[in-house]
Amino acid sequence: MGFEHFWLSGFDQIHTAFWTYLAVGLQNGAVYAMIAVGYTLVYGVLGLINFAHGEVFMCGGFAGVFLTRGVLGDRVGSGWGSIGLILGGIVVGGLVSALVAMGVEQVAYRPLRRRHAPKLAFLISAIGASYFIQTLAGKEFGYGVNIFPGQVFEPGKIAFTLFGTPIHTLTIVSIIAAIVMLVVADRIVRATRLGRGIRAVSQDAETSSLMGVNIDRTITITFILGGALAGAAGFLYSLQSGIVQNAGTEIGIYAFTAAVLGGIGNLRGAALGGMLIGLFGSFTVPFAFEGNVQWTEIYTFLILVLVLIIRPTGILGEKSGRTA
Amino acid sequence: MTFFSFANLKRLFLILVITAVIALMTGTPGSSTAPPTTGLHGSFLERVSWFGLFAAPRWLLFFTLGVIVWVVVSLYRPRARAIRRKANVVFALPKELTNHRTTRVALIVVALVLVILLPKFVHEQFWVYLIVEQIGVYILLALGLNVVVGFAGLLDLGFAAFYAIGAYTTAWLTGALPQPALFHHPIPTLWVIPIGIVAAMVFGVLLGTPTLRLRGDYLAIVTLGFALIIDDFVETQSGVTGGGVGSALVRHPSLNLGFLHVHWGTDPTPYYYLCLLFIAVFIIVFTSLEHSRIGRAWVAIREDEVAAESVGINPLKYKVMAFAVGAASGGFGGVMTAGLVGIVTPGLFTFQVSVAVLVLVIFGGMGSIWGVALGAIVIQTATSYLDNYQPWGYQLQDLYMYIGALLIIMMIFRPAGLLPSRRRAREFADAEGGADVHSDEVLSGDEP
Repeated sequence: MGFEHFWLSGFDQIHTAFWTYLAVGLQNGAVYAMIAVGYTLVYGVLGLINFAHGEVFMCGGFAGVFLTRGVLGDRVGSGWGSIGLILGGIVVGGLVSALVAMGVEQVAYRPLRRRHAPKLAFLISAIGASYFIQTLAGKEFGYGVNIFPGQVFEPGKIAFTLFGTPIHTLTIVSIIAAIVMLVVADRIVRATRLGRGIRAVSQDAETSSLMGVNIDRTITITFILGGALAGAAGFLYSLQSGIVQNAGTEIGIYAFTAAVLGGIGNLRGAALGGMLIGLFGSFTVPFAFEGNVQWTEIYTFLILVLVLIIRPTGILGEKSGRTA
Repeated sequence: MTFFSFANLKRLFLILVITAVIALMTGTPGSSTAPPTTGLHGSFLERVSWFGLFAAPRWLLFFTLGVIVWVVVSLYRPRARAIRRKANVVFALPKELTNHRTTRVALIVVALVLVILLPKFVHEQFWVYLIVEQIGVYILLALGLNVVVGFAGLLDLGFAAFYAIGAYTTAWLTGALPQPALFHHPIPTLWVIPIGIVAAMVFGVLLGTPTLRLRGDYLAIVTLGFALIIDDFVETQSGVTGGGVGSALVRHPSLNLGFLHVHWGTDPTPYYYLCLLFIAVFIIVFTSLEHSRIGRAWVAIREDEVAAESVGINPLKYKVMAFAVGAASGGFGGVMTAGLVGIVTPGLFTFQVSVAVLVLVIFGGMGSIWGVALGAIVIQTATSYLDNYQPWGYQLQDLYMYIGALLIIMMIFRPAGLLPSRRRAREFADAEGGADVHSDEVLSGDEP
């Protein structure tokens, strides 16, 4: 099998199963987008990458998984029950993750901010928090084993067919839920008093504090908002793939790539970047050598490196890269 | 007496939360097959013996301990200032000692003698092996990363990549990889040492030239991305690297130069001395680099890149140089590991290894060569002990929980490290006093 044949067969696969790849890409992209928003919001107010954000996502996934397992047991959900469960999972996952994110801020960020620590110190304490949470989850729920949620839908349940391609209920529900939440987050940041505070701190923390914005509170709220979105994303992700103690590292890097690609600090950019990374990851699957999925990972990281080197401000990022 | 004041009750709450977390950390582990509450249940409700006196649930024990700590803290609170003054005297002791040239030299001589004689005291080969593999190699890695993070201020989260380059170069050139050795002619392991070092340095330049234009956390994430790419690449290219299973056996060094016959078997002692020799060489080279023109350029870039550029320092050139110099000792660490362990697998060079090395550098004191070496000895001894004896229900995988907690605590209470470099210590003190506004201070408002 020649190299040329390899590429051609890749395109061939995309040609025959375009809509499936598209649906999977959007489903993953929705999850990345929701996590990326958390990265971007925190970057906006603190000018820092929250390395522990992937773990926040993972905690939400676990919370959602245990909720559906507790409610459903061995049964299979259906009808309104499924919808209620999904809403419940989103709420519980979001709440747990918001709490974790708040804890991370209180423990790993606030004391350092009080002491005017240099930037490197923040990165290191965030890495510490990330390791701590990830390993504690491993200790409680097992290392490296995927834990699946209860069956909210019948496996392989199909919502409708699109140009002859069956689209799974799970896929469409995830995409819709994600879009709704992203729109809500966008509205919160753009059109409410809270959001105005966040945007003010992003632009100029000192001046905004002179104007009466409570910086500490705004930062906490930013972490909570980002954490809630990540937790909901964690639940949606777990419905498809299950959740594992170290899911945060890998998915977190994809989401971070998305935030950078869209222009870090920019909420809509993060959403767009998330969708693009999801689609990219899905459409490169046929181009994995020997069917090894790790190749899509390599492609995605290459994108990250290229974006950072060629255009570090991303697609929608402004020159300063600090507008939320 | 303000025993029940609001602030003091808040402190009680904080202490109880911390003890609860400790109870969870040290409690019974759950698993993916057990119900999700198994860990919680075991950590809090399990009955344990109270110092052999009587048995009660764990939560009661930890609660009591927390309250005792709170009472002690509350009672001593009024005298806190005096205690802290005493603690400062103790903390300042190493600095006082190392301030005098004679004591410094004496300390180094004593340490050197101890280190040279160490294999004589350690009778079991297993422990000598462990000292080389877990402490010696990690000192090398930490010294290398210290150049990058400590001297030049570049956060590299993919340092294990250089380690991997050294090890895989060794495996390749000695003919242990599926990919045939260069010219199909395997060479002895000892000859790989210079080649492995140079290969890692070249790789440092290749990696550094495009990425080092980035700053701060962007650089961190790109180095992390590169490390993951390399890891993926090694695992997928099983025809070249042996994949996840790793290489075949790397032969033990043997050399015949006519006047010099070297044949090392399974005895780790010669490796120990080889490692020691190279640690000494790297310490000497890095110390002189630190005080050279290059070292000063690194400091200038670390403090303020724009200012450094304006006085004629080419930041990219010096940053790439830092990468290459740091890579040298990382690469040698890889050669050592390949020769000693005998098998090279991707599992030796994960992201966790990069973080573990970073922890050594931070714990010891960024930018302080002796501090970093001491930090590596302390932490690696502790982890080797924990791994081999597994006291108090400790499990192998729990290590990174403690490392994570240690990182946070260090950053909050002693960010400059165990034996801080003088310059760094002053910087942290300045920042805490708010004496000058750092260019990279978080929330300072003017982001570059």
